[in-house]
Amino acid sequence: MAFKNYILVCAGTGCESDGALEINEEFKKQLKTLNLEDDAQLVTTGCFGFCAQGPIVKILPDETFYVMVKPEDVKEIIEEHIIKGRPVERLLYDKEQAHQKASVEEIDFYQKQFRIVLRNCGLINPASIDEYIAREGYGALEKVLFEMTPDDVLSELEKSGLRGRGGAGFPTFRKWMFSKGVESDQKYIVCNADEGDPGAYMDRSTLEGDPHSVLEAMTIAGHTIGANEGYIYIRAEYPLAIERLEKAIAQATEYGLLGENILGTDFSFTIELRLGAGAFVCGEETALLASIEGNRGMPTTRPPFPAVKGLWGKPTVINNVETWANIPVIILKGGEWFGNIGTETSKGTKVFALTGKIKNSGLIEVPMGTTLREIIYDIGGGIPGGKAFKAAQTGGPSGGVITADFLDTPIDYETLAALGSIMGSGGLIVMDEDDCIVDVAKFYLDFTVDESCGKCSPCRIGGRTLYNLVDNVTKGLAKEEDFDKMLEIAKAMQKASLCGLGQTASNPVVSTLKYFKDEYMAHLEGRCPAGKCKDLIKYTILEDKCIGCTACARKCPVNAITGVVKGVHVIDQEKCIKCGQCVAACKFNAVLVS
Amino acid sequence: MEMIDLFINGIAVSVEPGTNIVKAAKKVNVNIPTLCYHQDLDAWAACGICIVKQEGSPKMLRACATEVTPGMKIITHDPEIIKVRRTVLELILSTHPNECLTCPRSGNCELQKMAADLGIREIKFAKRVKRLPKDESTPSIVLDPTKCIQCGRCALVCQNMQGAWALEFLNRGENTRIAPAADVDLIDSPCIKCGQCSAHCPVGAIYEKDDIAKVWDMLEEEDTHVTVQIAPATRVAIGEAFGFEPGDIKTGQMYAALRRLGFDAVFDTNFSADLTIMEEGSEFVKRFTEGGTLPLITSCCPSWTDYMEKNANDFIDNFSTAKSPMMMMGSMAKTYYPKQMGLDPKKVRNIAIMPCTSKKYEITRDENMFSTDQQDVDAVLTTRELARMIKAAGIDFANLPEDEKADSILGEYTGAGTIFGVTGGVMEAALRSAYFLITKEDLEDVNFTAVRGLKGIKEAEIDIKGIKVRVAVAHQTSCIEQVLNKVREARKAGEETPWHFIEVMACRGGCIGGGGQPVLATDEIRAKRTAGIYSDDEKSVIRCSHNNPEIQKIYKDFLGEPLGHNAHKYLHTSYQKRIAYTLND
Repeated sequence: MAFKNYILVCAGTGCESDGALEINEEFKKQLKTLNLEDDAQLVTTGCFGFCAQGPIVKILPDETFYVMVKPEDVKEIIEEHIIKGRPVERLLYDKEQAHQKASVEEIDFYQKQFRIVLRNCGLINPASIDEYIAREGYGALEKVLFEMTPDDVLSELEKSGLRGRGGAGFPTFRKWMFSKGVESDQKYIVCNADEGDPGAYMDRSTLEGDPHSVLEAMTIAGHTIGANEGYIYIRAEYPLAIERLEKAIAQATEYGLLGENILGTDFSFTIELRLGAGAFVCGEETALLASIEGNRGMPTTRPPFPAVKGLWGKPTVINNVETWANIPVIILKGGEWFGNIGTETSKGTKVFALTGKIKNSGLIEVPMGTTLREIIYDIGGGIPGGKAFKAAQTGGPSGGVITADFLDTPIDYETLAALGSIMGSGGLIVMDEDDCIVDVAKFYLDFTVDESCGKCSPCRIGGRTLYNLVDNVTKGLAKEEDFDKMLEIAKAMQKASLCGLGQTASNPVVSTLKYFKDEYMAHLEGRCPAGKCKDLIKYTILEDKCIGCTACARKCPVNAITGVVKGVHVIDQEKCIKCGQCVAACKFNAVLVS
Repeated sequence: MEMIDLFINGIAVSVEPGTNIVKAAKKVNVNIPTLCYHQDLDAWAACGICIVKQEGSPKMLRACATEVTPGMKIITHDPEIIKVRRTVLELILSTHPNECLTCPRSGNCELQKMAADLGIREIKFAKRVKRLPKDESTPSIVLDPTKCIQCGRCALVCQNMQGAWALEFLNRGENTRIAPAADVDLIDSPCIKCGQCSAHCPVGAIYEKDDIAKVWDMLEEEDTHVTVQIAPATRVAIGEAFGFEPGDIKTGQMYAALRRLGFDAVFDTNFSADLTIMEEGSEFVKRFTEGGTLPLITSCCPSWTDYMEKNANDFIDNFSTAKSPMMMMGSMAKTYYPKQMGLDPKKVRNIAIMPCTSKKYEITRDENMFSTDQQDVDAVLTTRELARMIKAAGIDFANLPEDEKADSILGEYTGAGTIFGVTGGVMEAALRSAYFLITKEDLEDVNFTAVRGLKGIKEAEIDIKGIKVRVAVAHQTSCIEQVLNKVREARKAGEETPWHFIEVMACRGGCIGGGGQPVLATDEIRAKRTAGIYSDDEKSVIRCSHNNPEIQKIYKDFLGEPLGHNAHKYLHTSYQKRIAYTLND
């Protein structure tokens, strides 16, 4: 290393919104003021993944991991750590524990992770192609252009066992092989960066933290199947990722790694961005292609598959960001190496966006086959507040729940499907005892109903009708026979919907109804065991606990609480909107939710 | 051609590559139920009704949108498939108003039929009908989004077949609805009023604007003399509403029915089609021999005229100024006819029975449609409306005399007049008379078969005694730009025009496939109607317009010469540029 220290500042969207840019500026300023620019190199990186603890600053070479850093901490980090070599203990992760975990290797959040896709995130400056190249970047492309035939590439890909990370898990090499096999004057490579699952942000973070890995992979695919044009379809809500991609494309073009005659060969490949307006259905590949073509983002039937007849009717390889990010590593390390990671049917790693009732929420990458227990308890640090684990939702709105009984199931495409869920893009939302399972199903269905394109009737009408039935459950208006109707609609949606959105939209309902029938039944009796469903709960003030402090009455937004100072307060049930503010305001646990 | 062998319900079947499962299943006598699918259109795969299984796969396929592959084993029905179809249909019905009794499509609604076929007796899902306002802004069609089942046919027809791009999907999910882009009214959109949307709609969500009550009112007026004209293409289609085959010629029965409905005189638009040929043919010969803007482009299709005025108004000078046969009939019915019959022109009414919704728009399009000091044509009924009127009156159409004749002096027609109803017909009729006008001789063989048929663009070079006339015929509006662009290219390059004479009809097959004809026409039906028209031509004694004795008489007694003063006053029109979109604030 040329510098004594490297200061890595996370500039992923999460940390950035918490002030990472100010921190970065402050470092720049301080290093200049203290004349340390020759000693310490400041690197603005992509996401570290440990978003719950952001903004994150990491110091190399000693791997010190500072969390929840504020701009005003910068001076201290420089004066103590950079100048005197003493870690700023108060900023270390898990500082309350006796044994202070200072470096990354010691942090439980990272211990069970295995980073292929996120290999460069949090390590390199995504705005610098040189840093990517220094980490073997574009080495795979070079190898492909000069040492491998397209068939060699396909063979490595086949050996790797890589499957699409966008949700369905279709073998990637087969897509490429189909496209390669079709005679056509024009072929296309498309990157699906239309990440839309609520809570999922691995694609965004990958593009923000390591944009060149995707560009390199798409170029490799172009060379393999004989395509000269690539498109990245990315939602306009990802401005930082777009900015970094644009910069990366410009740099790669300048370096001769994109554009005409790449690395002096006769192979040319260009990549353009297409910004989506944020319709969830445009993550479905046929709708995505329609959108690129300038048409309304509506799915069409498959077959024909895009690999044979895609963009403008030409063979098109479309993979999602995470899939692409695996490619250069597979080329460099070999398919066999990759194939040794994971389970029998699902190779490599999977990135999950771990959110919900979990201590260490963030972005994690684990080998396929890791159990939910390892993810939630070892990496995620368990449920906050000592609450009990209830279920985890995988696959976002298209997936289902996994209950405590299956915490030790190794996660891969097949085991999740067997449990009635799907891998999906890798959203993983943890629920605890305070979450109402019917409410959760309703939340997801609300999302898909809203995002339905409206083209096919099973999804358009079935979704809304199913939602209304679930809504009735949460209001205590449902009858037991409604469950049959719900399952009937769910089946029609699964079998007769045109695209994945409609085919999977009922999964949250079907899965929760299967594993939590009791909780559904309780709602029929007018009871929400988790105390979430507003129509089934009542807030009352306990006479023996209320001291008449008036705090609740002052907080109540609809003036539903009356009572004199030092007298017992009463909630007017007619006026109460069940917002729960009184519960939060009461210091004496005098508000009962029943 | 290499055929594809597959199995449907265990029965081996061999079909051409590219065949979808719906068509393949017909070969083994299975009609897979479909709702959104229509042969004219690429499968849109919206309704979810035509699902089938492929052996060994848990998924269900859309039969309409799935092409067969070799060795495929398809199951078109089993208890599970039927159950899913029923659920999907019940879901659709739960959002449909189910007001069949008062719906214009009652009796020939595809949704109604499917509910009957699948034996739906109750809808177990909560009723959720979204009431939306109707668009009644055009004189031609009514858009009732409340009844729409979002099958997408109308938008596909409008965009892909007709190239008009008036209808589009707005919003998404359950709020998806069909309307012109930017949500303007149809009248302010590029809509060309062709009514193909209404002819393809499986339900009563788009239909012709009903003018039957208006016509009954006119028939009720005292002292008036109500005349009526029937368009060429109506006679080969109206029978379908009474159980006859498409293409069965019902001219006599139509005359008889109209007399029994109370019309005072029954004329035939075929007569005024002959008149149009005299004017348009002369116009062509004049431009061709004396010099004038070429190519000459036919103008009798009001949807095409509307399209041109909005989207191709660089061709205004190429348009024939001859009015359409319907409008010529209107002006003659209110001038020549009362003069000869001693009637007060103000008391004469003219109603037109048309295969077309756009004709409802044409009668008030501009001041030229009021050439007789009053509105030349008072109302237009589509073939569908006339059929309803006949049914309402209880007239037994099937048993009416077939030999009844139209009334003189606007009733006699030639084979040239009748072929106006099909694509290529106007061109063929014009060529028959142009030959005479140029050579002063009659043709030995009047059949110009090169311009016939359902091909979208047809070209021919006609030899008129050594003079080469190049013609093109286009139908189905989406085919037209291609023709126009060739002319534009030649124009730009300063080259000679690729064609001297171009015929355009907006609807596939010409007027026999018009938007006002009995609904749900397919190419098979169009071909039968076309055959009906040509057989009417063949059995005509006179097959060239200029030989029609009533035509010769009208020029002698009233009009003078073709393109003369009176002809100009009553039989010719002008065109203007119009904007395709009118955006309100």
